[in-house]
Amino acid sequence: MVPFGGWDMPVQYAGVKAEHDAVRSRAGVFDVSHMGEFRVTGEGALAFLQSVTTNDVSKLRPGRAHYNWLPGVAGGLVDDIYVYMVREGEYLLVVNASNVAKDWAHLQAHAAGFDVQLSDESDRWSLLAVQGPLAENLLQPHVSVNLAEKKKNAFFPARLFGFDVMLARTGYTGEDGFEVFVDASEAETVWDKLLAIGITPAGLGARDTLRLEAGLPLYGHEFSDTIHPLSSSYTWVVKDKAHVGREHIDLAPPHRLIGLRLERVPVREGYPVKVGGQVVGHVTSGTSSPTLGHPIALALVDAAHAGADVFEVEVRGKDHSATRMELPFYKR
Amino acid sequence: MNTPNELKYAASHEWLAADGTVGISDFAQDQLGDVVYVELPEVGREVKAGETVAVVESVKTASDIYAPATGTITAVNGELSGTPELVNSGPYEGGWLFRMDVTKEGDLMDAGAYASANN
Repeated sequence: MVPFGGWDMPVQYAGVKAEHDAVRSRAGVFDVSHMGEFRVTGEGALAFLQSVTTNDVSKLRPGRAHYNWLPGVAGGLVDDIYVYMVREGEYLLVVNASNVAKDWAHLQAHAAGFDVQLSDESDRWSLLAVQGPLAENLLQPHVSVNLAEKKKNAFFPARLFGFDVMLARTGYTGEDGFEVFVDASEAETVWDKLLAIGITPAGLGARDTLRLEAGLPLYGHEFSDTIHPLSSSYTWVVKDKAHVGREHIDLAPPHRLIGLRLERVPVREGYPVKVGGQVVGHVTSGTSSPTLGHPIALALVDAAHAGADVFEVEVRGKDHSATRMELPFYKR
Repeated sequence: MNTPNELKYAASHEWLAADGTVGISDFAQDQLGDVVYVELPEVGREVKAGETVAVVESVKTASDIYAPATGTITAVNGELSGTPELVNSGPYEGGWLFRMDVTKEGDLMDAGAYASANN
């Protein structure tokens, strides 16, 4: 167990590789109850969300969700979030655990003038992420709705093992799966029942290797209050509308987020990335890819050098050759 | 946790055998998780007890390995470059790290003291 965002989090149960492989080949479940949940309601909910996010919330329909950003007032991101539309004038935001207090203050500060109520429901909900190619088949006998009819980003109420939950066909592993919003008082029972039907418990370690293989950015590593979010390739998250911090988003990003492959030595956050011996950036996340069998990394490099195919990464004073790889490293 | 009686142990989890062989303990490999890369010292290098001499990398993190004694590195386990997971499967056998010609041992514990310190 490790402390993370005020929670004690399991890094691994049986081992990172075994848990990672279970999610890629069958199904695993992550306890991500540390994520924060905010409910946004009122006549002005849509207008408010349009003003504080980059994606177009008006495109959502009840029962649909999308990935979105909270841009800052001084460049960078306050957070990257998921927005779930419950019904007209009611949305649920899922935010990163480490950013709950910061996001709450930011949203409160920008809510003035909108007919909107915000409630922090982070303590009410536990969130269990069931991920993997067998997620649908394993869950279906225990769920009150036909999961096959629910496409990616669907968000719907259901009964699971007899408990009232909200299910979303979303996740953070590059695999199909469902996130289960369950009342915190019922989470332990639901968790035990998920394990009993053959779903493998998976910890933070596997969550990180899976999201890295999928090329998915993690706040605090690839995103921050100061990193220009368009350093990443997620330009589609920014739609043509006015919002907080728009003037910063419209500036050209000075860095680019790239994928690197190494042959042997794993590289970690902060290691210098070079071209021809000159430092042009640094690793933001790195691991040894269990699926691919070699080390992979995300790195932020100067835009001027981002087109290079070959880099070096300095590991304990010695440079190791790294080749650029298209993201995601792994695609289902 | 397996803690062979014939070995001596550093608080930093390295073991030292009477013939100068060095590895990491069963407890340490279990804590590290899946080992994916091992960086070993050069043969012939003179090291001081407590000095960083190797690195064991698991999926999640890189961990420094310290010399349990002062002396000279005489051999390294070449098998680990292709199969670093030997550190997990046999920390006292196939997963040994290096051998050294010991001139002076560092501050080491016997198996009983090490085991009780890590319970």
